[in-house]
Amino acid sequence: MAVAAGEVFASGSQELHVLAVDDSNADGKIIERLLKISSCKATAVESGIRALQFLGLDGEKHSGYNVNLIMTDYSMPGMTGYELLKKIKESSACRQIPVVIMSSENILTRIDRYFFNSIIFLLHRV
Amino acid sequence: MDTVSQLQRQFVDHTTSLYREGFVDDQFTQLQKLQDENSPDFVVEVVTLFFDDCEKLINNMARALEQQQEVDFKQVDASVHQLKGSSSSIGAMRVKNVCVTFRTFCEAQNREGCLRCLQQVNREYSLLKNKLQTLFRLEQQIVAAGGTIPAVE
Repeated sequence: MAVAAGEVFASGSQELHVLAVDDSNADGKIIERLLKISSCKATAVESGIRALQFLGLDGEKHSGYNVNLIMTDYSMPGMTGYELLKKIKESSACRQIPVVIMSSENILTRIDRYFFNSIIFLLHRV
Repeated sequence: MDTVSQLQRQFVDHTTSLYREGFVDDQFTQLQKLQDENSPDFVVEVVTLFFDDCEKLINNMARALEQQQEVDFKQVDASVHQLKGSSSSIGAMRVKNVCVTFRTFCEAQNREGCLRCLQQVNREYSLLKNKLQTLFRLEQQIVAAGGTIPAVE
């Protein structure tokens, strides 16, 4: 996921705020670094639940941070990247945020309406 | 040879052997390229996080495989998959390769095979940790002695 993230941001961006979701702390740190080098503001969280909290979608009354892009690992314990995608797309506040899902597994068998118009692309991780 | 040259020599030899013996691959090189004056401890930090992840995942695998009754191979496989991903990301090639084999034993629900792989993962993780700690120590010593870290092709 970390190598793929570097390719996404090769052209750099204008202070995009990217939320990276990965249960591996090492991967999360690498992605954060890649994003910062590409002049993005980066926040790494270690689970879908934390991501929802950060976005203000956990039911607690607080304003979500302004996030322009979400990059998430697919297979994570607890909430998978797919389940996170669903929650984001079901939320009127956040559904317009592009979501990139990264996976080394073949997950194309699960394409459904949540994926349609949501994913930018699936990147092969390893 | 003065101290700095000796240390630099050791550093080059040690780095070369890390690659030659397959402990790390090109992804580790890429990681080092992400380090600069703005993020001078980046590699050490990422590697430290990786070793923390390793320990946690190895413990998960051990616990799952210890079950006397039914081993939950899906759970073991989930941890191995995670470790495979993390080790790829930092370029820990030998650890990654054991994970590849490990997953086939999980799929085959082969407890003995899994236990053997768990032992191997543990061994490779310990070896790598040792070697990288030596590498980082040499770097610190070189800098402390006023030298610069040599680039290794």
